[in-house]
Amino acid sequence: MSVQIKTVDIAPRRQTFGHVARRLGGDKPASRYQEATYDIQATANFHYKPYWEPEFWTYDTRKTAVVMDDWYKPIDPRQYYYAAYNIARANMNQAVDRNFSFVEERGLLAKISPQARAALERGLLPLRHLHWGGNMNMTEICQRGYGTAITAPCIFSAADQLGMAQIISRIGLVLDSQSATSLDAAKKTWLEDPAWQEVRRLIEDSFVERDWFQLYVAQTLGVNGVLLDFIYKFAEPAFADAGLSVAMLTEFMQDWRAEESRWSDSVVKVVAAESAHNKALVSQWATHWIARAVEAAKPLCSALLGDGGKAALAAGEAARLRAAALGLEV
Amino acid sequence: MTVKKLGLRQRYEHMTRGLDWETTYQKMDDVFPYDSFEGIKIKDWSAWEDPFRLTMDTYWKFQAEKERKLYAVLDAFAQNNGQTNLSDGRYVNVVKLFLTGISPEEYQAHRGFAFTGRHLRGAGARVAAQMQSLDELRHLQTQVHTISHYNKFFDGISEFPHMHDRVWYLSVPKSFFDDARSAGPFEFMIAIGFAFEYLLTNLLFVPFMSGAAYNGDMSTVTFGFSAQSDESRHMTLGIEVIKFLLEQHPDNLPIVQKWVDKWFWRGHRLLGLVAMMMDYMLPKKVMSWKEAWDIYFVEAGGSLFQDLERYGLKMPKYADIATEEAEHISHQNWAVFYQYTHAAAFHTWMPDKEHLDWLSAKYPNTFDKYYRPRWELWAEMEKEGKRFYNMALPQLCQTCQIPMAYTEPGNPAAICFRATQFQGETYHFCSDGCKDIFDGEPEKYVQAWMPVQQIFQGNCGGATVPDVLAWYNMNAGADNMDYTGSPDEKIWKEWHPDADVARKAV
Repeated sequence: MSVQIKTVDIAPRRQTFGHVARRLGGDKPASRYQEATYDIQATANFHYKPYWEPEFWTYDTRKTAVVMDDWYKPIDPRQYYYAAYNIARANMNQAVDRNFSFVEERGLLAKISPQARAALERGLLPLRHLHWGGNMNMTEICQRGYGTAITAPCIFSAADQLGMAQIISRIGLVLDSQSATSLDAAKKTWLEDPAWQEVRRLIEDSFVERDWFQLYVAQTLGVNGVLLDFIYKFAEPAFADAGLSVAMLTEFMQDWRAEESRWSDSVVKVVAAESAHNKALVSQWATHWIARAVEAAKPLCSALLGDGGKAALAAGEAARLRAAALGLEV
Repeated sequence: MTVKKLGLRQRYEHMTRGLDWETTYQKMDDVFPYDSFEGIKIKDWSAWEDPFRLTMDTYWKFQAEKERKLYAVLDAFAQNNGQTNLSDGRYVNVVKLFLTGISPEEYQAHRGFAFTGRHLRGAGARVAAQMQSLDELRHLQTQVHTISHYNKFFDGISEFPHMHDRVWYLSVPKSFFDDARSAGPFEFMIAIGFAFEYLLTNLLFVPFMSGAAYNGDMSTVTFGFSAQSDESRHMTLGIEVIKFLLEQHPDNLPIVQKWVDKWFWRGHRLLGLVAMMMDYMLPKKVMSWKEAWDIYFVEAGGSLFQDLERYGLKMPKYADIATEEAEHISHQNWAVFYQYTHAAAFHTWMPDKEHLDWLSAKYPNTFDKYYRPRWELWAEMEKEGKRFYNMALPQLCQTCQIPMAYTEPGNPAAICFRATQFQGETYHFCSDGCKDIFDGEPEKYVQAWMPVQQIFQGNCGGATVPDVLAWYNMNAGADNMDYTGSPDEKIWKEWHPDADVARKAV
């Protein structure tokens, strides 16, 4: 038996907005993702050329060399709009808080070996700056990119990168008893330690990349795909007896990487599949930035793992396989 | 060993600006190429006071909580056909104006704050701008979801992005935001962060949300309450920006003053649409535009500028003219839309007697003298089957893009015309304020996509009204024209068979 509440039934005159219906091939109920995303960015009849980039309109398909017939093809398989995104992150963050409490209450990081502590200080904490660089790049793609389907997830991704930089900072604060001395030291390492300099050079070079889709490829396949995966997946042995604690405290990053790459890989795949022209460009960019990231990871890898850069090569190989699976020639 | 623990402020700084570094493999000027051409001098970004301290974990937590509540109300509103509980079917036209005219600007703000969130050199300011970028995306998306339900029953909503890029009066808000987006990062922060979000927000956001509250629009007002804490964060950012720029270097003062003058006047012109909404489109009135202007600009704005006086900043130029116009602007705008109802995507009507009396009471200096007689004449003409339509295309102001319908300061019986010569062409303006703005940056404003000129140049689907309406994706006979006789009215009457009787009885 079921309970049935009687409600007044009023037939709607239409199911969704006109522009959404045209994309769905008819007036059908649309999802919240679709209504919040499709055709939201202005596309025509702009008024003034930007003072800061007068060769383009504010929203201009020519800001990248790849060409899409429709920039609403690379949609987000996660179907994130603001609410869905924030709720997902708030849920992930509950685990972060629990894990920090667990580690802090038991003093797990206070008990680690000097070797593990040194590896965390040298190998993990400076990563907050790389995440911050990722934040700058994703914010840039959000502002310069074309079409809400791709630019909206970019500001989410920028927020994620900032959030992850802050999680790493919290790990530093646990290590240094909330004095931030470890964070100051990590910045010095980031700026001066030869092990990090090629990583820093790579991210600084990405800051001046003008083609926003090349920047997208550099960040998602190069920085996230090689450098972040190297630290979070391949460098665990370096953290020795702190390995398990680090794995707990960076659970967010593992979950985020698995989730975000569903989106970022799918975007690359769709854009490359659009034409031979796109495929050639994206392949070239992916080859270039993955190779650079591997070279940048090698000194860090040697310093942390003492393996002559083997794990960096492995991270690069994994990134290449991944890129090949997206239809790229790398 | 004793360690000194961080205070909250220092902890937040480590979590934000502490992440930043001075680049060496690329020059800082190449990493931040846009923050010097405007002439703003920043001696020390570390003096930036974070206007709020939200780390991402707290942001996600707060915002997710607000979103859960908001969407629960939106679902309940839809499930219970909340649209039938509005004060009157006419109210929906406010929602139409909002979604077509304001929501796309929330989106523009989102992309604009992403621009400043990447390109301001100070990392503290960047983080604050990025959070505002996220918030503005939230506002666009939640507004679309809120109004999506209205779109299922009412006309004029369905083509909002298409219309935003084309329809003549939507060119007013669009050009406003295109102007801010095409400016440098500091001007954007003053234009949107300070002038729009701080100085004028109570005259934009609040009237729409209070109007929703008074008229039974539970979903929009719930959005309003939900966005309130975002808006107060935006206000603190806006005020920090202006104080920071003025404190950094005395040379910044004349630049900032010029921007404040410009964006105040541009904002004032844009708010004319809100004025019209408050005085004419809300079936249940909140307050008159004049009252709102006196409270939120004359009083609150006055004390704000008193506070800013210590930096040398003066009240915006033409603030006195704007205050004088507060007695006219809603009537003059409603007159424009009434005449051009065939080309507008919301419905118009002549006020009934009760409404006329309210306007007479609220505008004792102007309404009976200048506007009531015209409204009564037009109502009379409607009765005689000679409803007045203006079939000529209006001349537009080159700056604000509003038809030239505003009157001379001090003489409400004469239309105000101003003109400027630039590179052998004559450009026309509705006011000294708009002319000054043009004269300050003529190369910018000559580029404007002027809806009427574009129609004459054959770029808008054709030469006749039906051609242009088709190009607008405007469903003639449903989206446009008077409320009386519209499909909106028909559906409202189906839900409320006694509505007309009730209205007349009052």
